[in-house]
Amino acid sequence: MSRRTPSKAERVASRRIAGAFLVSAAGAVGFAVTYGLNGGTQWEGVCLAVAFAGLAVGLAVWSRRLVPTGGYVEEHEGFTPPPAEQAMTAAVFRAPESPTRRWGLLGALGFALTALGVAALFPLRSLLPWDRQRPARSLKNTPWGPGVRLVDDQGRPLRPDGVPADTMVAVFPEGSIDVGDAPAFAVRLNPERFIRQPAGGHLGGLVVWSLLCTHAGCPVRLYLKGAARVLCPCHQSSFDLLAGARPIAGPAARPLPGLPIEVGPDGFLRATGDFTAPPGAGFWSRR
Amino acid sequence: MIMRPLARALDDRLRLSPITRRALAKIFPDHWSFMLGEIALYSFITLILTGVYLTLFFDASSADRVYHGSYAPLDGTTTSAAYASTVRLSWDVRAGLLIRQTHHWAALAFVAAIVLHLSRIFFTGAFRKPREINWLIGVTMLALALANGFTGYSMPDDLLSGLGLRILTSVVESIPVIGTWLVTLALGGEFPSDDMIPRMFITHVLLVPAVLVALVSLHLGILVRQKHSQFPGPGRTEHNVVGSRLWPGYTLRTLALFAWVLAVLFALGGLVQINPVWLYGPFAPAESTSPAQPDWYIAWGDGALRLFPAWEFRIAGYLVPAPFFPGVVLGGLSFAALYLWPFIERWRTGDHQPHQLLDRPRNHPVRLGIGVGALTFYVALVVAAGDDILARLLRVPLYDLLALFRVLVLVLPILAGILAFLIARALRRSEAASLGGLTRADLRQATRPGPRHPVGEDEPEAPTLHRPGERIELWPEGELWRWRYRNEAGQLTLTNNRAVTSEEEAVETAGLAYPGVDRIVVPGPPPPPPPGRMRTALRRWSRAAAAASLLVSLLLERRRRGGDQGPQPSDPAESGSPTADEHVRPGGRP
Ligand code: HEM
Ligand code: FES
Repeated sequence: MSRRTPSKAERVASRRIAGAFLVSAAGAVGFAVTYGLNGGTQWEGVCLAVAFAGLAVGLAVWSRRLVPTGGYVEEHEGFTPPPAEQAMTAAVFRAPESPTRRWGLLGALGFALTALGVAALFPLRSLLPWDRQRPARSLKNTPWGPGVRLVDDQGRPLRPDGVPADTMVAVFPEGSIDVGDAPAFAVRLNPERFIRQPAGGHLGGLVVWSLLCTHAGCPVRLYLKGAARVLCPCHQSSFDLLAGARPIAGPAARPLPGLPIEVGPDGFLRATGDFTAPPGAGFWSRR
Repeated sequence: MIMRPLARALDDRLRLSPITRRALAKIFPDHWSFMLGEIALYSFITLILTGVYLTLFFDASSADRVYHGSYAPLDGTTTSAAYASTVRLSWDVRAGLLIRQTHHWAALAFVAAIVLHLSRIFFTGAFRKPREINWLIGVTMLALALANGFTGYSMPDDLLSGLGLRILTSVVESIPVIGTWLVTLALGGEFPSDDMIPRMFITHVLLVPAVLVALVSLHLGILVRQKHSQFPGPGRTEHNVVGSRLWPGYTLRTLALFAWVLAVLFALGGLVQINPVWLYGPFAPAESTSPAQPDWYIAWGDGALRLFPAWEFRIAGYLVPAPFFPGVVLGGLSFAALYLWPFIERWRTGDHQPHQLLDRPRNHPVRLGIGVGALTFYVALVVAAGDDILARLLRVPLYDLLALFRVLVLVLPILAGILAFLIARALRRSEAASLGGLTRADLRQATRPGPRHPVGEDEPEAPTLHRPGERIELWPEGELWRWRYRNEAGQLTLTNNRAVTSEEEAVETAGLAYPGVDRIVVPGPPPPPPPGRMRTALRRWSRAAAAASLLVSLLLERRRRGGDQGPQPSDPAESGSPTADEHVRPGGRP
């Protein structure tokens, strides 16, 4: 509009803004070059950051120095419309031919739509697995059972002497290493120190428990061998293995379920049944 | 210009110019706290842009896949396709790690900005009528952001996120009766199921973002329709909005903010490592990592799970396990309280008036106390989620720290809330400008019950009768009309945001914005202010003069009030505006 000559301050600001945009462009070029040379994540990030920071500075100076801030006012009509206007709109709905007056038909329509809505819920059933039991039951059942051999994480069957005295060994049901609720651990303890017998029994001090914390299901992988305790890394529940894997601190409330075992005729360890209780976190069920 | 014929052509077909003119003239208040929501918006846009890039490389499947690539420790190992593709994305796709880390940082910033924005809305009372709908939409968006952050975090199928997902699954399983059904419905089987990664993927990249985009649009549409609220101040009333126009001032400013957000997020994404899944290893049902902490916005739930004691019970023999209370009940109550707050407050205060002027937080000691207490509670939970790390750093026994946290998480919020309440009340009664201005007597005074402040009228708008010297000046500008507002001292002028086509319209809009203020027609626009250095010097001068006069008037006020102790029932609350010196209430309700 007006062709007035820019003031000194305006010229300074313009120069600064243009400079910032140039820096931004340099950042963009830098990013392209870094990408082309495979210059690494750090440089790519820095170049892009410079590109955007240049833009940001330029735009911010522009908004601060070359256009006014504040000084304007807009009216606010309020939202409650005049009663006459409300009445006019309401009258449209109350006109004789208005569908909202035919209560009977509206009821029928509502019925049809409800039926459709309910019918539309049925396909949700497909999200559940078809051929399995109720969820609570399948959570209780694990691949463990009479005769299932114990294998280590490589799938090798385990003999009693495969469990050393100073560490815990993660064990799995043979053929089901990846099943979520099956992992267990075997430890060797001194039976004379037992305050309470392990729920699943033991083989001369060799005991197997579920690896899943009874709080929220994390594997209790931290073994404090001196104290014969296992600790859950998620919320620090601690289980006393000498007292039947009872929780002694932290938010877990139930002992770890035990796994009854025996030595099979082939000399390898095998389960004689499933866990003594559902493994892992609790859920709505009896036992 | 090529643009002009195009604009004309569009206008001829859609008649855009009246809409555009109104839209470009929309007023945005000039206060930094109004930009928190924009930071959330720009983080969300960053999430979409970076996320789309990630979808091109991420393989959402739990099928086995052999990783071959430049991360040697995993080269040749078989993992899930999701994990292998995330490692590939991080190590073998150029710029992939940058985009992936930027996506993750943007997620953290997104939720943080939402929480700050929500706090601003809460403490200033911006959720009151007519803005309750936008509050509800906002809380919904917070919930969706948390949910999407969690699914995104879980998709790479690494060990750490697998633990997190397992914990969440357990929390849902703890819901009486339907818990196990919900989990099976969501995962298509027991955890870890083959369906869970594809299902989380479609939720993460399509369902939730689509709902979020719809809600953001609704949020902003309602914002435009309702116009902004504003802090009280000279020339600001319940009937107007004062600030900068969308074009050009605010456009430049908000684009600058967008560029800042991108700059910070890309700098973080490039320089600060986040979620190095290749170090955690792939998920395996029998493995754990330690320490294990979730992202910060989930950490309050993790902290609650750690602190809540090992209480569980049976109903008719059916187990209600421990995670139910800290997980489901606490989460449910938190969001229920957020959703219901505007209605609870309306019920308690009986305030059914619409509000365009915001509260200063100090003027609502109860609301401030509750808000500060709640924030303290959640912050304490977040800190508690790092108790194992803290115990190691401080070399104290973990379970002692746990016991301490169990007490602190209940006591600290109450203390913080009471303290905030008392300070707010002291500030409000003493009219001290800031915390530093409070005397001990003020604080002691605040512990005693005082006169009840009538609700909803705590920032009284002095009636025009008592603001003499204000006027509206209208003038013709060619075919068009404009007007402006001048306050008593003449040091504040506010021009109306757009030209209108007739004198009647100018009178009408001015009357809406400043009801009861005298209007005069002046021959032409006010002379342009002196340019350049003169102008800035003048502005500085006038600002200093205004500050000095305010100071003098405050001092005089103090001196005058020195004799009589205690707050005067007839005092309006401190409002920081020159009108605060008017000791008159406009028809205040008892
Ligand atoms: C509310 C918005 C969103 C939030 C809070 C969010 C959050 C996250 C988070 C925390 C991750 C984990 C990143 C990591 O591996 O470190 C993630 C991953 C991912 N997100 Fe998003 N995201 C959002 C929107 C989107 C959108 C709109 C898309 C795509 C259209 C997307 C696509 C992806 C993909 C493909 C991944 C997996 C990539 C990988 O980590 O390997 N996200 N998201
Ligand atoms: S999952 Fe083990 S303590 Fe929570």
